[in-house]
Amino acid sequence: MKMKGWYRRLAAGLPLAAMVFLLSGCGDVNMGILDPQGTVARQQLNLIIIASILCLVILVPVLVMTYVFAWKYRAKKEDAEYKPNWSHSGKIETVMWGVPIVVILIIAILTSIYTHKLEPSKPLESEADAITIEVTALDWKWLFTYPDQGIATVNYVQFPEDVPVHFKLTADAPMNSFWIPQLGGQVYTMSGMAMHLNLMADEPGEYPGKGANFSGEHFGKMGFIAKATSQEDFDKWVEDVKQSSPALTQQGYDELAEQGVLDTKVTYSSFPDGLFDRIVNKYATGTGSGHQHGSSAADSGEAADEGMDGMDMTSMDMSSAEGVTDAAQASDSNQQMHQHD
Amino acid sequence: MWDKIKDFSSDFFVTGDPMIYGADVAIVLVSVAILFVLTYFKKWGWLWREWLTTVDHKKIGIMYILASLLMLFRGGMDALLMRAQLAAPDLEFLKPEHYNEIFTTHGVIMILFMAMPLMFGLFNIAVPLQIGARDVAFPVLNSVSFWLFFAGAMLFNLSFVIGGSPNGGWLAYPPLTEKMFSPGVGQDFYIWGIQISGIGSLATGINFIITILKMRAPGMKLMKMPMFSWSVLASCLTIILAFPILTVTLALLFIDRFAGAHFFTLDGGGNPMMYINLIWMWGHPEVYIVILPAFGIFSEVVATFSKKRLFGYKSMVFALMSISIVSFFTWAHHFFTMGSGADVNVFFAISTMIIAIPTGVKVFNWILTMYKGKITFKQPMLWTMGFIPCFVVGGMTGVLLSIAPADFQFHNSYFLIAHFHQVLIGGVVFGYFAGLYYWWPKMFGFSLDEKLGRWVFWLWNIGFYVCFMPQYLVGLMGMTRRYSTYGWDTGWFGLNLTSTIGAFLMGAGFLVQVWQILYSIKNMQKLKDTTGDPWDGRTLEWTIQSPAPFYNFATDPVVSETDDFWEEKQRIAAGGKPRPKPALAPIHMPKNSGMPVVMAGFFFFAGFGFVFDWMWMAIPGLIGVAASMLVHSFRYDTDFYIPVDEVRRTELAAGREV
Amino acid sequence: MANHSNHAVSAAHGHGHEGHHDQDALRQMGFWFFLITDCILFATLFATYAVLHNNTAGGPTAKELFEMPGIIAETFILLTSSFTSGLAVLSMNRGDKKGLIGWLIVTLVLGAAFVGMEVTEFANMMSEGHKMSTSAFLSSFFTLVGTHGCHVTLGIFWMIALIIQLSRRGINSTTKRKVNIISMYWHFLDAVWIFVFTIVYMMGVM
Repeated sequence: MKMKGWYRRLAAGLPLAAMVFLLSGCGDVNMGILDPQGTVARQQLNLIIIASILCLVILVPVLVMTYVFAWKYRAKKEDAEYKPNWSHSGKIETVMWGVPIVVILIIAILTSIYTHKLEPSKPLESEADAITIEVTALDWKWLFTYPDQGIATVNYVQFPEDVPVHFKLTADAPMNSFWIPQLGGQVYTMSGMAMHLNLMADEPGEYPGKGANFSGEHFGKMGFIAKATSQEDFDKWVEDVKQSSPALTQQGYDELAEQGVLDTKVTYSSFPDGLFDRIVNKYATGTGSGHQHGSSAADSGEAADEGMDGMDMTSMDMSSAEGVTDAAQASDSNQQMHQHD
Repeated sequence: MWDKIKDFSSDFFVTGDPMIYGADVAIVLVSVAILFVLTYFKKWGWLWREWLTTVDHKKIGIMYILASLLMLFRGGMDALLMRAQLAAPDLEFLKPEHYNEIFTTHGVIMILFMAMPLMFGLFNIAVPLQIGARDVAFPVLNSVSFWLFFAGAMLFNLSFVIGGSPNGGWLAYPPLTEKMFSPGVGQDFYIWGIQISGIGSLATGINFIITILKMRAPGMKLMKMPMFSWSVLASCLTIILAFPILTVTLALLFIDRFAGAHFFTLDGGGNPMMYINLIWMWGHPEVYIVILPAFGIFSEVVATFSKKRLFGYKSMVFALMSISIVSFFTWAHHFFTMGSGADVNVFFAISTMIIAIPTGVKVFNWILTMYKGKITFKQPMLWTMGFIPCFVVGGMTGVLLSIAPADFQFHNSYFLIAHFHQVLIGGVVFGYFAGLYYWWPKMFGFSLDEKLGRWVFWLWNIGFYVCFMPQYLVGLMGMTRRYSTYGWDTGWFGLNLTSTIGAFLMGAGFLVQVWQILYSIKNMQKLKDTTGDPWDGRTLEWTIQSPAPFYNFATDPVVSETDDFWEEKQRIAAGGKPRPKPALAPIHMPKNSGMPVVMAGFFFFAGFGFVFDWMWMAIPGLIGVAASMLVHSFRYDTDFYIPVDEVRRTELAAGREV
Repeated sequence: MANHSNHAVSAAHGHGHEGHHDQDALRQMGFWFFLITDCILFATLFATYAVLHNNTAGGPTAKELFEMPGIIAETFILLTSSFTSGLAVLSMNRGDKKGLIGWLIVTLVLGAAFVGMEVTEFANMMSEGHKMSTSAFLSSFFTLVGTHGCHVTLGIFWMIALIIQLSRRGINSTTKRKVNIISMYWHFLDAVWIFVFTIVYMMGVM
């Protein structure tokens, strides 16, 4: 068993060594969520660290006990106590259930608080007014449209620092997921829905963004750069784009939406009016507007409940219908919010 | 005409890749070799009588295990190819479309065609023996299950050389997997391969529930049942509740693709989110289906090799059952990031964390079973010792993932990949290996070489940590799963290279394992288990000779305690008299049946037809399936009796008193 | 490992009838568990229908599509067939082979009439251009109701096979078990149809 511990340390040490090698080798490596540059990402990292420490409360004693017992009660050791019939102890079992319950309870409360606090559709508190950027996932590129500035970009997004950014997300292709690790967690981009993600950068800088969900052959090429600058630089950049870039026409959009990879960033001085809404509505389900769909989905949830009455073991199917309903309603209210904007 | 044939075959066969031509050649050569050997040694009759038509649960178990090791090889090759591609930035060893196929088949094969059959193999080997039964409740259905799994697995693997592999990820989310975005036949291979074997899994679930509930030896109350059998019961209950959902989900996806329906399409009112809900309502319970029996195995192994009663039996049973129930209420944690809203997320986050409680309790139980025991570190125990730290760390990262707001950062990243490999390799694979080494002597009559076994263990273990620990970090650095390559500027090179080295260490572990099996077969006489009880076991399977005779127990065993065999041995050691054995009586056994293999053949035929939309093939296939069942229904002469003489002869030949 | 197909001692039926009874109980219980899985299968399809039933995508709605008189007749036929399958079991328990086969045939004919009407209903819809591919609503409608219809059809063939076995072998423990099981299956399909009728048709036209 002595050997075992030694091997294990070696095993754990190797990746650690690799990490040290890697981090010393190149100083400007992007550490992703470990190096948060935005208020959301910072809170998420804090939460991760707190939860990890709470988990260690159980992890460490378990590991210690495993090795100590394995060593102490090995058969070769003749003088160790041996109690072959000892298999129950009320006290120990109470602790055994109690400690994990308490730890999970604490984590659950934390989760509940943070989930509401960090709900991505909730606007961020700030003195500055939020800027809205519409994001469309295409095969295999990102289109950003700025409804207030009237410009559009591809595979590149720029916004001012210390200003909340309200991303509205949709897709005109199989679903993807919009993720800028250093600014905050990801949210899916799904066709027929406008999802919301609120982020804010604390520092100017270029942050790598990703398409995090597999969406076909070249999804790996869906990286983009999110650049935070000062308000003046941002305004100047918008002016530049308006002056020097071509316009994005509807036809131009249709071509852009076809499958293919764009390796460069592109900017457009304008884009067709209501483009984002049209993309969302193109796939909206149901007979009429989003609102009707929402209420009909709620009806169907009830219908499912009645249908399952009296059948055995179908509880999870009921909740499925509800789950779907919730999702549909959430997306519908999103659409509505969007229409009010 | 010639051109037509050429056109057809260039679509039909996968072309253009040297690796695939290599596979083509290998498949043809191996098939020819097998046919030749079988014919030359006149083994066709033997194969048919002894294996293809067998309803003996032990032989079916062996076939499951063989097939799953084969699939482990295939899935492992996929893994090594992926790791080779990711070893350095900007490699072009695999093109994206090829890489996408490989991660898809890797996932499907490892979960559905490796873990599931290995698990069913161990069910088959151990459960009837453990509860003192002569066979499972429905022996022919058991054979049907195996052959359906086999047909499904072969159909799925065929896509490698015919038609093209699926490339939509292991759970095949639409709309990507709809005809509009995946027009090829790969996705249909996926649907039919899983569908056919899934029906088999469902049948196995029912079969083992009835076996455990109704066929236990007299005196074995449920609360005296060995823990592995409990875990099988929990797993099978989960199977019968979860697998119908999979059947429907895949059927709907197929109807979408085949008949242009709009369940999950972007247009026509379809709802892709519904697929994601449905597939995870099966998919999440599925991971508990495969892990629960591993928990059962560890419980047996820890008690046996600590020579001590399992600590907290009742807690353990309660934990198993509560895990299998709660597992149905966690599915939405796979898409916290899809905008369900904070309240829904909180519900599913907490339901997920709750599972950590009974799981944690089980770990405490195992550790306390070792406490004040007499522990020997034979191979099964070694794997258990590898499992506990690995699984506890994996469980901890699982709790981190369940925290919804943190999951927004972990989701789809390599952190997630590292987590589920840690619980699936560290938990499921290590668990099944422990089971395999534990019951191997009962299956074949000899144990596997210890010295080579230690090599296998350390290669797998070290390989595992070297492979997956860097993946946690690279995930935190923002590396997304399913990337076929990455740039130098990302800074992910060192970690990925390390990870690749670890993967190849595990590959080496598998090779040594194969060598270990071959070596042990060669030295079978030296490693022979003459006692039938090589580990000083506790449960009924160790009361009979190794390998178990085809009727299992010469006389029906009677049980009065938990771990009855151990208690009996203690009593005898203390000077008590052995329990009197009842006189031999003729043993009632089921007859072999050719129906299952024929029916699975028709199913394969039908599935292949549906993949290519060839109704002339699919419809006769389905008719064949129905006809097989009808023919079976008309068969009344299904069982026979083994005369006392023969039982006596077999027992004496194995050196047993009668 | 001995080869047991060689051991076929055909004197089997002499001893140990308890083995057979045992097997019958196992099979009946197994079938109950199968019905649980089938329940979940239908529950999933109902949930799918519930989610999609308003997504008509410009196609016809339930109200425009369903013709209730035919549906009510179908319902009536299937309910009657459930009753007659019960009568078949009663005849069996009396040991009345003729009555048993007779009632099974009545059940079977009613089942076939039900399937026939359903097929006609579907064919009419399709001839008017309302197909699977028209909308998500129709996809889920055809799949849910069609799956039930397939179950009934399967039951019909099964029943034919059983009638042949009964006429050859009479009522014994094995055929008795088979009749009991198929009657369970038939009642189950009846119960599922009541849900189809209520949720799909009644709520559809309301």
